[in-house]
Amino acid sequence: MSTKKLAIIATKGTLDWGYPPFILASTAAALGYEVQIFFTFYGLQLLRKSLNHLKVTSIGNPGMPMPMPMPVLLQALPGMQSMMTVMMKQKMKSKGVASLEDLRSLCAEADVKMIGCQMTVDLFGFSPSDFIPEIEMGGAATFFEFAGESDICLFM
Amino acid sequence: MANCDKELDARGLNCPLPILRTKKALNDLTGGQTLRVVATDPGAVKDFQAFAKQTGNELVESGEANGEFTFVLRKKA
Repeated sequence: MSTKKLAIIATKGTLDWGYPPFILASTAAALGYEVQIFFTFYGLQLLRKSLNHLKVTSIGNPGMPMPMPMPVLLQALPGMQSMMTVMMKQKMKSKGVASLEDLRSLCAEADVKMIGCQMTVDLFGFSPSDFIPEIEMGGAATFFEFAGESDICLFM
Repeated sequence: MANCDKELDARGLNCPLPILRTKKALNDLTGGQTLRVVATDPGAVKDFQAFAKQTGNELVESGEANGEFTFVLRKKA
């Protein structure tokens, strides 16, 4: 049986949307898949050395469960986003959900290949030292080299 | 319950940690050896069946008592 392959494009740079790529990549690796994740645009935030800056927001996200009903304009007040992020992190910890840093390290340990999009790195003016050392840089053609042979390909 | 070669306490951990820790624990075993995992994540029941099916490690035993789920896996030879 040849090794199955999973290719993921990660485009979101929020605390909540950081989970799907790392959860699916680490699990697929545990199941024996060869996995690559291509991080582009805001997804690059998931490759920063520290992930402490990632936030959740309820703005533009009416599906987010709130502890109490709150008008949107109130949600936009200064400090609300940080408060929601703190609450979300506490909730995750209390429910035994891994931190993003932990899941990312588990991915790296399991040889999940993480590729940063060179174009968006240049666009946003990042420097290679902003990112964890485990990553490689590449472009769309690099992604297709693996994705074209993949069994599952996901855009997140 | 039969004696196992290794025990893994995955209580309090949520998806996908029980599976990831299990995979890691199996790496320390040789083919035919057994691993007992205790978990509290209800999603683990289906996940362990799926893990066994896809990796070829046999799910020898699966049970539930007092909100804890126990799985015994035999590593693929």
